[in-house]
Amino acid sequence: MGARLQIEIGLTVDGAERRLLVDTRSTLLDALRDRLGVTSPKKGCDHGQCGSCTVLLDGRRHLTCLTLAAAADGREVVTAAGIGPDHGRGGLHPVQQAFLRHDALQCGYCTPGQVCSAVGMLAEAAAEEVTLDDAEIRERMSGNLCRCGAYVNILAALRDVARSEGTG
Amino acid sequence: MREFAYEAVTDPEGAVALVAADPDACFLAGGTNLVDHLKLGVASPRRVVDVSRLPLASIVAGDDGVRIGANARNSDVALHPRVQADLTVLSRALLAGASPQIRNQATTAGNLLQRTRCVYFQDVTTACNKRAPGSGCSAREGYGHHNAVLGGSESCVAVYPGDMAVALTALDATVVVLGPDGERRVPVEELHRLPGDRPDRDTTLAHGELIVGVEVPWLPDGSRSAYHKVRDRAAFAFALASVAGVLRLDGGAVTELRLAWGGVAHKPWRARQAEEALIGRPLDEASVHAAVDLELAAAAAGPANAYKLALLRNVTWLVLRDLAGEGAR
Repeated sequence: MGARLQIEIGLTVDGAERRLLVDTRSTLLDALRDRLGVTSPKKGCDHGQCGSCTVLLDGRRHLTCLTLAAAADGREVVTAAGIGPDHGRGGLHPVQQAFLRHDALQCGYCTPGQVCSAVGMLAEAAAEEVTLDDAEIRERMSGNLCRCGAYVNILAALRDVARSEGTG
Repeated sequence: MREFAYEAVTDPEGAVALVAADPDACFLAGGTNLVDHLKLGVASPRRVVDVSRLPLASIVAGDDGVRIGANARNSDVALHPRVQADLTVLSRALLAGASPQIRNQATTAGNLLQRTRCVYFQDVTTACNKRAPGSGCSAREGYGHHNAVLGGSESCVAVYPGDMAVALTALDATVVVLGPDGERRVPVEELHRLPGDRPDRDTTLAHGELIVGVEVPWLPDGSRSAYHKVRDRAAFAFALASVAGVLRLDGGAVTELRLAWGGVAHKPWRARQAEEALIGRPLDEASVHAAVDLELAAAAAGPANAYKLALLRNVTWLVLRDLAGEGAR
């Protein structure tokens, strides 16, 4: 069997069908950013510890730095750039609006990952029928680090969204 | 990163055949540990066989227990209604592990087979007998905060890092393994091994054997279970020490007890001597401490990791006290 060092994959990214040839070693994060120009997911630690590369993969929050692009063939990726109505063209998602309202960022580098993770968290909490009090939000957002330390306002933003969605 | 061929397989037998035939091949499932190791140079396979699309993700509750498919995600197992209701220790252990994103990715088999987080194992510039056999052990003379206190060897003092396997050890689970000659069943307690002079071997599996599922029996009537993990921070950290416990009391005396410890040895540590010392007796702090000390008679700790002995003593009592309190309600 011939060794396949490159592989053609298909992805749906923020609503658009994309096909590309990737090196088998490429992560999904690198394929999105460097091959497709989708720079919303950020490379922070590149080792699964910071959460800045978080997207929704087939609807669940997922780390693109610990996923091979080849293994993501056929899957649906939603980034913070496409998470709002009409794949992001129709304005901001309620989580993004809350981040603005509460000034939940400083440099903003971790924000796309925070937003995707928060949207995933809200869906998980609704499915589990869990009330998102502050302790739950802190625990459930523990996979996303913010080196600026904007946690106080991130928490306030997510508390606000959770209450308005009836999960807080 | 070294070049590798990537193959996505659709049947378990095909996956086993591919890896068994190639000493430089390995399985890929959720990727949370392997992809990191590819980047770090800790793993450098020439062939990666992706088993994540095999139809092995079901979680089926039956009369005798629950059968968890190898590809069932950690978050799905933790939140399965019967696991949450009847196998508390398993649900709690899973939810105490990693981050929500990683729990959405990581699979049951991958979680079992995750490798140590010993800092020297993960740093290819240092000597490590587990990563590079014969090169020495940097952890024995270096940063020892996480080192094993039980079952270590001259060659290796790394600890098994996982939580789920510790719970499965207290639950007497069985791992279902597919090899070139068919399926076999391995008690989870016999899956991981002590390092001895072969710390490069984490488990008793042969190259090419694939975990296809885990069978977890229900607890005996009247038993309760719990998991308590101590970490350096409140979330998203590996255990300094953890305790999985199963307890039943009848008339104030212990009639069922299973204790497994995490973060303290090269494998989940079933504390059978402590169990035996407590069976048939009433539970109190002094007797639990004495039972733990009996188990720890063979422990070896230095200044950097002696705190784990105190943690095991105190957390084992905490877990059993809470389980006894629940039982009394």
